[in-house]
Amino acid sequence: MKKFRYLENTVTLCYNENMCIGCGNCVIVCPHRVFSIENGKAAVMDHDGCMECGACSLNCPSEALFVRPGVGCAQAILHGWISKVPFLGRIFSPDSCCS
Amino acid sequence: MRDKAANLGVRLGINRDHYRIPPGLYALGDPDGNSPVLATCNYKLTFDIVRREMKIHSCWILVVETYGINVWCAAGKKSFSTEETARRVKESGLSKVVNHRTIIIPQLAAPSVAGHKLKGLCGFKGVFGPVRVRDLPEFIDNGMKATPEMREVDFPLSKRLDVAMVEVMGARKFMAWSVLICFVLAALGPGGFALHGIVWSGLGAFGVVASGFITGTFIVPLILHLFPARAFAAKGLMAGSAAGLILAITFARNLPEGLSAMAGTAAMTSWFAMHYTGSTPFTSLSGVDREMKIYMPVQGLLIAAAVLTWMGWAWLGIIRG
Ligand code: SF4
Ligand code: SF4
Repeated sequence: MKKFRYLENTVTLCYNENMCIGCGNCVIVCPHRVFSIENGKAAVMDHDGCMECGACSLNCPSEALFVRPGVGCAQAILHGWISKVPFLGRIFSPDSCCS
Repeated sequence: MRDKAANLGVRLGINRDHYRIPPGLYALGDPDGNSPVLATCNYKLTFDIVRREMKIHSCWILVVETYGINVWCAAGKKSFSTEETARRVKESGLSKVVNHRTIIIPQLAAPSVAGHKLKGLCGFKGVFGPVRVRDLPEFIDNGMKATPEMREVDFPLSKRLDVAMVEVMGARKFMAWSVLICFVLAALGPGGFALHGIVWSGLGAFGVVASGFITGTFIVPLILHLFPARAFAAKGLMAGSAAGLILAITFARNLPEGLSAMAGTAAMTSWFAMHYTGSTPFTSLSGVDREMKIYMPVQGLLIAAAVLTWMGWAWLGIIRG
């Protein structure tokens, strides 16, 4: 999405060109047009456009892609932190915006 | 109208359990053995949208169990999974209903559905459909080919405000606690230890929290792309300072009170804008994690400064008589 951009140089997306078989799955599943196929291999066109949804790495048949998948949701992250604190974790019920 | 009211009820999270569709195979229109099969979640709103958009196309709909959660969030929670989809294909006896061996999976389910593994699990090949349901008819008519635009998520104004309504429900508990805290603090000095004063001071303090909520949840999303900063908390600081300034000029009786209102509104707006990250389709886990670590201390300091200024000024007045 060109209109909405998020932070630069933060995402965990890694691509290993040597492993790629050029199937094009990543181009199909990525909701941010991060990839394209150039000369029979995937190419990362917009690294910062990645939102770490994990669709590409799950759908890559040859493990050429890695990303730490997750949801970019402050409330979910906060609950993750709180639930690690022994006492607080019991008071706050784990509910997130997606539930 | 009833249906509209009910739909709003679903968005706000009221009686969500009543908005589940039993998983299984459904016929839409008059499908036969050659009709396409669409997989979707069992959230009633999504099912209704598919039904509406596909009205001229007969098709089969395979509803998988996502516990009443939409496709995107179910993918995030991994309930719309490869295994669950394969299980529903087998359970529904789909192979006896249709002659072909292809099911259309919503593209937004791709974070938890490995399309290339479906065939091995249930005999059906998974093909990813477009992001938006309204593009489905065109996708099918084009021989299951999506244009690049159909593959990209968007975030138009209507959707930005729609998801803000979800934030309203999410903030209920927070707001209830903040009312209590505002009045307790007001009773400890700023209210001048008189009922009338406590009520007004408490309301004033809650006004700051509420202004932060409205600015962070509605104003920031409204003009989301216009800020010169990418971090949501930073957008909130900017919008919140402006809103706080207006609040201070309009209501504050003196400079410390005005500064306190401004700092408080900036902090609260930043907090709520940061929480809006969960409602957007373009923020990453790493990014939100990073901005929280940078801006939560800033928000904490601003709130501390706001409370100390507010209480301190009140006590100074009391001591001086
Ligand atoms: S993780 Fe998601 S957004 Fe990022 S590149 Fe892969 S498919 Fe695209
Ligand atoms: S999905 Fe994997 S193998 Fe296929 S084109 Fe993308 S990176 Fe290459």
